[in-house]
Amino acid sequence: MMSLRYLPLWITAALLCLLFGIGGWQFDGFASLAVVSNLFSDNAFLLIVALGMTLVIISGGIDLSVGAVIALSGVATGLLISQYQWHPLTAFALIVPAAALFGALMGVLIHVYKLQPFIVTLAGMFLARGLATTLSEESIAIDHSFYDAIAEFGFALPGGGWVGASTMIFMVLLVLVIMLMHYSRFGACVYAIGGNSQSAQLMGVPVASTTIAIYALSSVLAALAGIVFTFYTFSGYALAGVGMELDAIAAVVIGGTLLTGGSGFVIGTVLGVLLMGVIQTYIIFDGSLSSWWTKIVIGLLLFGFIVLQKVLSRRTALTTVAGSTAHG
Amino acid sequence: MKQTQPCADTLQQARLARYSPGSTKASARYLWPLAALILLLAVNLLLDASFFQLSFQDGRLYGSLIDILNRSAPVALLAIGMSLVIATGGIDLSVGAVMAIAGSICANLLLQADLPLALVIAAGLATGIAAGLINGTLVSYLKIQPIVATLLLMVAGRGVAQLINQGQIVTFLRPDFAWLGSGSWLGLPLPVWLVIAMFGLSQLLLRRTALGLFIEAVGCNATASRYLGINDKAIKLFVYAFAGFCAALAGMISAADIQGSDANNAGLWLELDAILAVVIGGAALSGGRFSLLLSVIGVLIIQSLSTTIIVSGLPAKFNLLIKALVVLLVLLLQSDKFRRQLSSVLPKWRKGGQA
Repeated sequence: MMSLRYLPLWITAALLCLLFGIGGWQFDGFASLAVVSNLFSDNAFLLIVALGMTLVIISGGIDLSVGAVIALSGVATGLLISQYQWHPLTAFALIVPAAALFGALMGVLIHVYKLQPFIVTLAGMFLARGLATTLSEESIAIDHSFYDAIAEFGFALPGGGWVGASTMIFMVLLVLVIMLMHYSRFGACVYAIGGNSQSAQLMGVPVASTTIAIYALSSVLAALAGIVFTFYTFSGYALAGVGMELDAIAAVVIGGTLLTGGSGFVIGTVLGVLLMGVIQTYIIFDGSLSSWWTKIVIGLLLFGFIVLQKVLSRRTALTTVAGSTAHG
Repeated sequence: MKQTQPCADTLQQARLARYSPGSTKASARYLWPLAALILLLAVNLLLDASFFQLSFQDGRLYGSLIDILNRSAPVALLAIGMSLVIATGGIDLSVGAVMAIAGSICANLLLQADLPLALVIAAGLATGIAAGLINGTLVSYLKIQPIVATLLLMVAGRGVAQLINQGQIVTFLRPDFAWLGSGSWLGLPLPVWLVIAMFGLSQLLLRRTALGLFIEAVGCNATASRYLGINDKAIKLFVYAFAGFCAALAGMISAADIQGSDANNAGLWLELDAILAVVIGGAALSGGRFSLLLSVIGVLIIQSLSTTIIVSGLPAKFNLLIKALVVLLVLLLQSDKFRRQLSSVLPKWRKGGQA
């Protein structure tokens, strides 16, 4: 039972090591700290978004609005800093609560009005993307001493590696989300809702407040990812993060989280993003493979993991004594 | 579907039981979307007095109305397929990517000299059906959630299209194929005719046989309908293949329109417009009922909305924002709880004959 539960996680980790090993064996400089630290810093925003997506998917929902929230928070950051001369930190202090409100409203629509998460967050995606394009259609460059300081902040690793501010922010958020999901009452509630929302309600789980908090958290993490994205690009753009929700969902699935909810690990998602990142790095190192192979390989991986989930959940259903749902 | 004949009576009764309890209720379903469309067109007339004017030039009608019809053609085709998928309780996110694949297949075949047009079209349509069969197999036989199953092809499909196109935008010079997108017949643009033909054929197939009823039965309760002798897996396989077929047709129209295949942008986000149109048409996303006519009206509402925004002089950037607000409103109106809250706030309005 326990080993079955961890199996997708082990497979992802093994694939990650395998691909990294192949890359290191084939190309000089692949197996280096520089490549590893770049994996984290290039994918920091995706990693942060995927953390929130893990929460949502474990609760049995889905959040399609995160890519648009990234764009909206990026544009808002750019506007507030460049046009209204706010200090970046004050801008962040406005944007993050606003994102929480946005997510909470989606949560209310989903829980109170019993609308499907899929369609509500789709409308949220249109709304956020629409707001972002309404605010500014052009990319807004951010030029502020705070951003220069952020870019220089960090420490070097041996072998050309560099741990920057984005990576550190991600690490802090990762620890927070792991604590929240695996060592707190809130996390247990999220798993319970994902396992069976009605049973959770009957057991006394505060389904309403938890559902609303889940979507609020997902939007907050997306807004933070948007801010980290501005550290990366020094600009806010309404078309940033198009399709990122799909990348995040793919990473969560590859990381072994059940799409039906109730089962999964935060760390699995991190492995999922890294695996996708290594595939991309491999394709870049190879040079002869075109970048569109990335999409196809990720699609195949997704397929493999979904089929694996099916097989595993069927086996669990067979071996579990009727009535025992302790595997959540 | 062999036993259609013996139980035709029962089917007839079932159909009556579904649609007749108060013919008012059935007509009310059509009332709101139609009213919204008429309202939108009326607003356009107020903004631009010449909005309804049609002119006839070179054997073709021109005017804003024709423009709306022509531009909504690809999404209308997608929405026809999507209606059936949603009626079974599923969803198809891959139709945009399937459009891109079908477009790229046709474009590359057209580059081969002297391939007959019919063969190219058949290849494109077959691609769509194959893609739909993949989705359908994943959903019905592997029992993967529809969102996820079709997400696979949505992610990988665009990669496949780019692979076929070798990462280039493939352009072709074939007037006969381009005619599909920009030609006209009896005064109307050809894409509009294709939508009319597809709509008519589907309506015949679905409503003159028991197929439509079977689809709704599977959407209401797949297990119950299996016990009634409906092959729910085959029905699901069929609707996804049908959606793939419609997507391929839409993809060929957009490829013919620009005389080229752009794997990155062909059909991008159109799946969302199609889902939106079906929802605006009043279909429940949980499945169980569909109306092709209402879905097409939904498409026309979305397209008229974009046109209204342009005609009214608002910048096009408001397009997405307004669309989002409309969707949210429609979603809320579909929620029982919201309607109860609304009717407690507006008790008189409730009595005034709202469905």
